Amino acid sequence: MGVEQKLANMGIVTTTLEEVVNWSRTRALWPMLFGLACCAIEMMAAEGAHYDMSRFGMELMRPSPRQSDLMIVAGRVSQKMAPVVRRLYDQMPDPKWVIAMGDCASCGGVFNNYAVVPGVDEVVPVDVYVAGCPPRPEALVHGILTLYDKIKQEKIKDRA
Amino acid sequence: MAQLEEVTVDQIKHLVSERAIQGETMLLNMGPQHPSTHGVLRLLLELDGETVVNCIPVIGYLHTGIEKNMEAKNYTKAEVMTDRLDYLNTVGNNLAYSMAVEKLVGLDVPYRAQSIRVILAELQRISSHLIWLGTTGLDVAAMSTFLYCFRERESIMDILEMCSGQRMMTTYIRPGGVWRDVPVEFEAAVRKFIKMFPRRVDEYEALLTRNPLFLDRTYGIGVIPADVAINYGMTGPSLRATGVNWDLRKSRPYSGYEQYDFEVPTATEGDVYARFLVRVKEMRQSLRIVEQALDKMPMGPVRSSNHKFVPPPRSEIGVSMEALIHHFKLWTEGYSTPKGSIYNAVESPRGELGVYIVSDGGPKPYRIHWRTPSFDNLQALPYMAKGLLVADLVAIIGSVDIVLGDVDR
Amino acid sequence: MKPELESVVNALNKAFKVESSEFRGDVTLHFTADKIVDACKMMRDELEFTLLSTMTAVDLGADKEPRFNVLYYFTSVARNLSIGFLVPVSGENPSLPTVSEVFRNANWRERELWDMFGIKFEGHPDLRRIFMPDEWEGHPLRKDYPLGYEEPQFTFNYDEIDVSKPYAKE
Repeated sequence: MGVEQKLANMGIVTTTLEEVVNWSRTRALWPMLFGLACCAIEMMAAEGAHYDMSRFGMELMRPSPRQSDLMIVAGRVSQKMAPVVRRLYDQMPDPKWVIAMGDCASCGGVFNNYAVVPGVDEVVPVDVYVAGCPPRPEALVHGILTLYDKIKQEKIKDRA
Repeated sequence: MAQLEEVTVDQIKHLVSERAIQGETMLLNMGPQHPSTHGVLRLLLELDGETVVNCIPVIGYLHTGIEKNMEAKNYTKAEVMTDRLDYLNTVGNNLAYSMAVEKLVGLDVPYRAQSIRVILAELQRISSHLIWLGTTGLDVAAMSTFLYCFRERESIMDILEMCSGQRMMTTYIRPGGVWRDVPVEFEAAVRKFIKMFPRRVDEYEALLTRNPLFLDRTYGIGVIPADVAINYGMTGPSLRATGVNWDLRKSRPYSGYEQYDFEVPTATEGDVYARFLVRVKEMRQSLRIVEQALDKMPMGPVRSSNHKFVPPPRSEIGVSMEALIHHFKLWTEGYSTPKGSIYNAVESPRGELGVYIVSDGGPKPYRIHWRTPSFDNLQALPYMAKGLLVADLVAIIGSVDIVLGDVDR
Repeated sequence: MKPELESVVNALNKAFKVESSEFRGDVTLHFTADKIVDACKMMRDELEFTLLSTMTAVDLGADKEPRFNVLYYFTSVARNLSIGFLVPVSGENPSLPTVSEVFRNANWRERELWDMFGIKFEGHPDLRRIFMPDEWEGHPLRKDYPLGYEEPQFTFNYDEIDVSKPYAKE
């Protein structure tokens, strides 16, 4: 790893390219507005003033998938909605990450029947699972910080 | 996984006008993922420039099969699924289900439990209207109301968490009463909320009610007359904004509502602005009910003592043989209900929320059907949106206050 | 039975000859398929039952005849009354005439019954599936349709279920 210290007052910091790229990718992840069901309400509450998500740079949710890099699948995915989720995921440009928020998106949740896809990982590859029904806004924030840890460990050659 | 459905013009030929088939008007998809559709609602719009000629809602993107899933669980376990129907009114769903089961088996509810039910149901009504106000404000670009409303909602969530341990899906109201008694801090917290809230509603009204920009966007938009509204099956604040005074809390009082003194706000124009006014006034009236219920709350048990349906307290199990047998029967098999079918309706923030249970005598419901208000309210959308601009359509969808969990079940 | 409801039942009985049953205060009248549209018109125009609260169906089992019971539930806003109609439908080619001309919210309710139970409605302007995708086969709420239960993954069967679960790769 590189040495990160200012050399006297020359204003020079040394580090590796990977660290800088990963650091900048985490600092302003733009989530896509993808609230499906009840977890969407807790996601909106996490964006509200009490549990502020704007301090992570995520205050504005982009409705367009072309302009976002994080998809938080919040809520149950039904049979009719699954191909739509896949299409939206395909429309997002690289690098992209997916957080499966809530029990229904992680594993089907309370519902074990014909209409709910058991886990959104059957449709898109998931990076972080946040459990809860619905997860508290603080749990969602913890999930986002876990995603930061994951991003910080990525290698550039894997993403290219 | 199903394939993405491409809707061709052939499939919807019978629903759109002639001009669409000839290519004069444009068919646009306002897809399931959209910032203004309040969930996964898909609208097929036939547009002439910016004017909506026809609007066809496509639903089913949140269908969860709750009705069939509840047939496979016994009555106690099935209640968990009821919260997830209309996820902004979770306490109200539990209340509707519990009251239906109590009507079916003939179970009594003690008075203290009825007061607690009313307080929580009205607080949930206020919370639902707050979320409606916040998101509708976002749609018409009044973004500060969003932040204010969610701040108030946090106080209500704290109260619910204090009683039941969960912010949203509480399952606190169960057949026979409520799960357990409210904690000591409950009364102080609710009184603090009652003191703080009226000034906040004044803040929202100061922002929106006489704001010329808001009036421009909402006054005279999306008008529906009263007889058409009833014919569409609309209920709730949307119907009361057309002039019909129909509220199940006043017409068929349940859970002690007849003791409380409150008004049912109505309006006559039936447009988006009228629906906004009705809901804001309803928030104030709900606060009145909460205050009266809190003042009149009697002491006593909070759950029925009929242990054929309600589990006995754990301390009794060690000393009483009957309690042990009841506990065993309830935990292994569940309780059996008389054969027959009933329908029971309560007033949710969106309208008439009804439960129809058919029982074949066993511990599981044979068929359970939920009459959800948003399903019928949404059918009136094409009528209200004809001939208006797309921006007005967004305001109308917000004002009808649909929740897709209710529509798709 | 409340006296106003008695007069309603008597008026309907004079016009159509129906039986009534009561359970826990709910009154249900038993109709047949051919009379239902006229009865709905009479409810809306003469007896002031202008709100069709709900319309649903019950599957009594594939071996029973008639197989389905369709329920129409009416509410009168002016008179504060409610009453239900029960119409039995057979299991072979189940079909009923539509009431979507009389009550507009019956439009989607009948689509829901077609999707979930397979009951056709003659004269319906737009009978297609409403909740399930268009190419779905089967009618989910029938009793012979399986729940679609997926086996829960515990530690002892984790690997065998993991192998057959269709995870999405990129």
